[in-house]
Amino acid sequence: MKVRVTVNGVAHEREVEPRLLLSDFLRHEIGLTGTHVGCEHGVCGACTILWDGEPARACLAFAVQAEGHDIRTVESLAPAPGQLNALQQAFQDSHALQCGYCTPGILMTMTAFLAENPKPSEEEVRHALSGNLCRCTGYQHIVDAVLLAAERGA
Amino acid sequence: MKPAPFDWQAPETVEAALALKSVHGDGARFIAGGQSLVPAMNFRVAQPGVLIDLSRVAGLDSLAWSPDGSLRIGAMVRYRAIERDAEVARHLPLILEALAEVAHPQIRTRGTLGGNLCHADPASEMPAVMLALQARMEVRGPGGTRILPAADFFLGPLTTALAEDEMLAAIMVPPLPAGAGTAFLELARRRGDYAMMGVAAVLRRDGAGRCAEARLAFCSAGPTPMAAPGAAALLVGTALAAADIAAAAEAAKAEIEPMGSVQASPAYQRHLAGVLAARALTLAAERAA
Ligand SMILES: Cc1cc2nc3c(=O)[nH]c(=O)nc-3n(C[C@H](O)[C@H](O)[C@H](O)COP(=O)(O)OP(=O)(O)OC[C@H]3O[C@@H](n4cnc5c(N)ncnc54)[C@H](O)[C@@H]3O)c2cc1C
Ligand code: FES
Ligand code: FES
Repeated sequence: MKVRVTVNGVAHEREVEPRLLLSDFLRHEIGLTGTHVGCEHGVCGACTILWDGEPARACLAFAVQAEGHDIRTVESLAPAPGQLNALQQAFQDSHALQCGYCTPGILMTMTAFLAENPKPSEEEVRHALSGNLCRCTGYQHIVDAVLLAAERGA
Repeated sequence: MKPAPFDWQAPETVEAALALKSVHGDGARFIAGGQSLVPAMNFRVAQPGVLIDLSRVAGLDSLAWSPDGSLRIGAMVRYRAIERDAEVARHLPLILEALAEVAHPQIRTRGTLGGNLCHADPASEMPAVMLALQARMEVRGPGGTRILPAADFFLGPLTTALAEDEMLAAIMVPPLPAGAGTAFLELARRRGDYAMMGVAAVLRRDGAGRCAEARLAFCSAGPTPMAAPGAAALLVGTALAAADIAAAAEAAKAEIEPMGSVQASPAYQRHLAGVLAARALTLAAERAA
């Protein structure tokens, strides 16, 4: 089947099998490997992308469903190669990642969250993080990073 | 690629979607938000030969209010659209309070109320809320439309009254009685997980402040969402004092049939039902004018 999708502002057209997951489409067809794949059943959050601006699981959608939609991945965050955006910088400054496997999904979740809630409380940040698993950090530094980004007006 | 191969059909009318379902029978599945179906397909627990996508079917994705105050929610309305709707927040706050406990924002972007109700997971919040709100299901099939009360729609775990060639087209939620107070509470291991126990309460007082109407419905409390009409009836005519509420909450524990899970034994679920029902009724009583 033919599918036309905008990814990070660039229009793509591909011939795909209907069963190709959006996560695999992004990684294998478009070559954007920043979107990670953990559980492939919606639980871990590593594959979180923005779908028309809203956070969604790339592993729970078929590429054909993204026809005509606007998808953003973690690769869209940095303003230029070698640079970080304010949220990413706050993650670096707060030591909010260790292995980094969960980080792209958390960055995309928090990008949408901060856009809607620019001055969150710690409790709100923890609630917003509940759909993303991190097996390394214990979450505390991630919460710190999101609050730091909010304080800096990310 | 995790799921088994399938054909993809994206009809644009209800009639075309129903015709496809009639032709392919139980080899075909409708796909709404995919947030229950795609995990099952990734595990290959579900291997439909044909997927009939409902997202491009005209008319299924609208929220519409009638002059009498009832709300018609098209089966394809996404959770996110409901939680962003200021009128729903104002007139049916019970829906919003419960939606906040349904999965995570990333799941609510794509998940739909219709898909959730058709999935009929007894641990799911919305079926219990629909019981408490006395919603009616608009079911479309080759023979036309039939309307089912929520209480008749849920038959068992993952089982609804939909025939193989039928689909859910819309959910009709009647207005709450004037001045009614509502509350939804649940306990889950982590935010966004399925509840070990959850309860929806609706209360209305008469002019003298006595309880004129009470409704209670539970999730994770049996093979279907479970109403507790006996417990609710105990409240009618009382002043909704702490002792009245405690007696009703105790009675509700005997009306449900919790089945237990890896997280909670049936006895613990029953205990939670009593505690949560008392808290939800207290909140709803405070909120009832
Ligand atoms: C990580 C995670 C956590 C979750 N946590 C919760 C939770 O806490 N509480 C909760 O309630 N849910 C939870 N869910 C499930 C979620 O709410 C699903 O979105 C919902 O159950 C299904 O809605 P959907 O639109 O995605 O339906 P789909 O997955 O597309 O469909 C579900 C089923 O309904 C059928 N169907 C869909 N629409 C129709 C129709 N109009 N007519 C007839 N049949 C139809 C499909 O064929 C399928 O069998 C969770 C999901 C995930 C992935
Ligand atoms: S890979 Fe999508 S949620 Fe885990
Ligand atoms: S940093 Fe390793 S999983 Fe989060």
